[in-house]
Amino acid sequence: MLANLAFWAFSGVAIFSALMVVIARNPVRSVLFLILAFFSAAGLFVLLGAEFLAMLLIVVYVGAVAVLFLFVVMMLDVDFTELKQGFLSYLPLGGLVAIILAVELGMIGMTWQASDQAMALRDAAIPEGMTNIEALGLVIYDQYVYFFQAAGLVLLVAMIGAIVLTLRHKPGVRRQSVSAQVGRDRKDAVTMHDIKPGQGIGE
Amino acid sequence: MTDFIEQFGVWGGLGMAVAQILAFAIVLLISLAFLLLMDRKVWAAVQMRKGPNVVGAFGLLQSFADFFKFVFKEIVVPAGADRSLYLLAPLITLILAFVTWAVVPAAPGWVIADLNVGLLYLFAMSSLGVYGIIIGGWASNSKYPFLGALRSAAQMVSYEVSIGFIIVTVLLFAGSMNLSEIIEMQAGGFWNWNVLSFHAWPMPMFLVMIPMAVIFFISALAETNRPPFDLPEAESELVAGYQVEYSSTPYLLFMVGEYLNIVLMCAMTSILFFGGWNDPFGLDVSGWPYLASHAWYFFWFAAKIVFFFFMFAMVKALVPRYRYDQLMRLGWKIFLPISLAAVALVGAAVVYGPQG
Repeated sequence: MLANLAFWAFSGVAIFSALMVVIARNPVRSVLFLILAFFSAAGLFVLLGAEFLAMLLIVVYVGAVAVLFLFVVMMLDVDFTELKQGFLSYLPLGGLVAIILAVELGMIGMTWQASDQAMALRDAAIPEGMTNIEALGLVIYDQYVYFFQAAGLVLLVAMIGAIVLTLRHKPGVRRQSVSAQVGRDRKDAVTMHDIKPGQGIGE
Repeated sequence: MTDFIEQFGVWGGLGMAVAQILAFAIVLLISLAFLLLMDRKVWAAVQMRKGPNVVGAFGLLQSFADFFKFVFKEIVVPAGADRSLYLLAPLITLILAFVTWAVVPAAPGWVIADLNVGLLYLFAMSSLGVYGIIIGGWASNSKYPFLGALRSAAQMVSYEVSIGFIIVTVLLFAGSMNLSEIIEMQAGGFWNWNVLSFHAWPMPMFLVMIPMAVIFFISALAETNRPPFDLPEAESELVAGYQVEYSSTPYLLFMVGEYLNIVLMCAMTSILFFGGWNDPFGLDVSGWPYLASHAWYFFWFAAKIVFFFFMFAMVKALVPRYRYDQLMRLGWKIFLPISLAAVALVGAAVVYGPQG
């Protein structure tokens, strides 16, 4: 009973907050509702018995990605009421696209065929006698290790690409060199000048 | 909770679970009141002052007096603030700080939720703590709080990365994310604690783990916005950072949440590196009566938390505040590579060492 109650609560909150992401006037509130939606999805994962995925969802999406979202949205000075002015004029086209997508999704759903093996796997989401992490580790790091590493390499290439695109070496920028600062001693920093009255240093 | 429900039926079980959570929370809050006093006393002693000494003997009741002062003051919401978010922010901070404690075992079996992914849960919840601060800073609709919130968010996200890697080194040794199992693995004397990790002998892992413990402690300071990393509330630059506009009870909630997080970080240091509830001599107390042995365990856990809290207080009193770029450099250019290298070393030790 409690699990059912929790399921309805989590999915209800997820759907409500997903709707509010679109409806909310204030973009910051939209992002906060998005975070709530992530959170409820994590709750659903826990109910499925996939607690590791749930925690990862919170750490990665809620703890890191959504923080960056929130950062950007807070810093932007966009007038969203102005953006929503064209809502009615775009409604027919947008509605058409939405209907086409919905029909396509429906057609895919009707012709979907899952193998018996896949259905059996879905019934037993958690393998017997081992924790989530062990099961996931066996799949990712034993069975599909090459694919997993290849995916990692793709991400690495993407990261290097982003850095290369944005990295610019400006000449003449004064950077702090900690070792130079720490390595400085009295001899380098202080010089004694014997100044005669009325003459100045005269360098 | 499922155990309780099996034992006492649905309503009885729910009631027992709530009673357990309440007991834990009340003990936590009361000890927090005295830890707060200790913080101020230590700080005062370093500066050769007396500290709070008026309310109760030696000022022991000062925190309670402060509590009533906060509660009876008026809640001021700035005119331009987003009212609901403004009041939600301190609640988020407080709730997350409490919720995190659910997986912390104070003695064998004395834990609200003995999760399989307890360590990850701790990490996830502490990474959510940043939301209270960002929302509070933004909803205040004021310059200094907003700048403080941005600083704090950047700082917490940066130091979480190295904390994550340090946690990985510990869980590689333990082979489990369950906090009770991590503590049990360190049983049998202080040489088996993860900070010295002679359980991996003949691998000299203390060479790696002592620096890891130090880095974890420093990252914990940065993660909880404690001095010397209290840039979000640097009073000389930002007045009081994200808390500028807060007064009375909402401010109290922020402060209690912050201190709960600090005590949690002390508990995490002791669980991950200093053996949690294990005593340093490897005494076998399994033959003792239940209450006596658990009181013994609890005593050591609490003693370690108090010791690390003392360290936190001393750091606050002794170390001058970092500059912002120094803070970022420390996190990204020093701690991150070191902890990444440590993960590789510990991984190798586990594979090629006695356990592998």
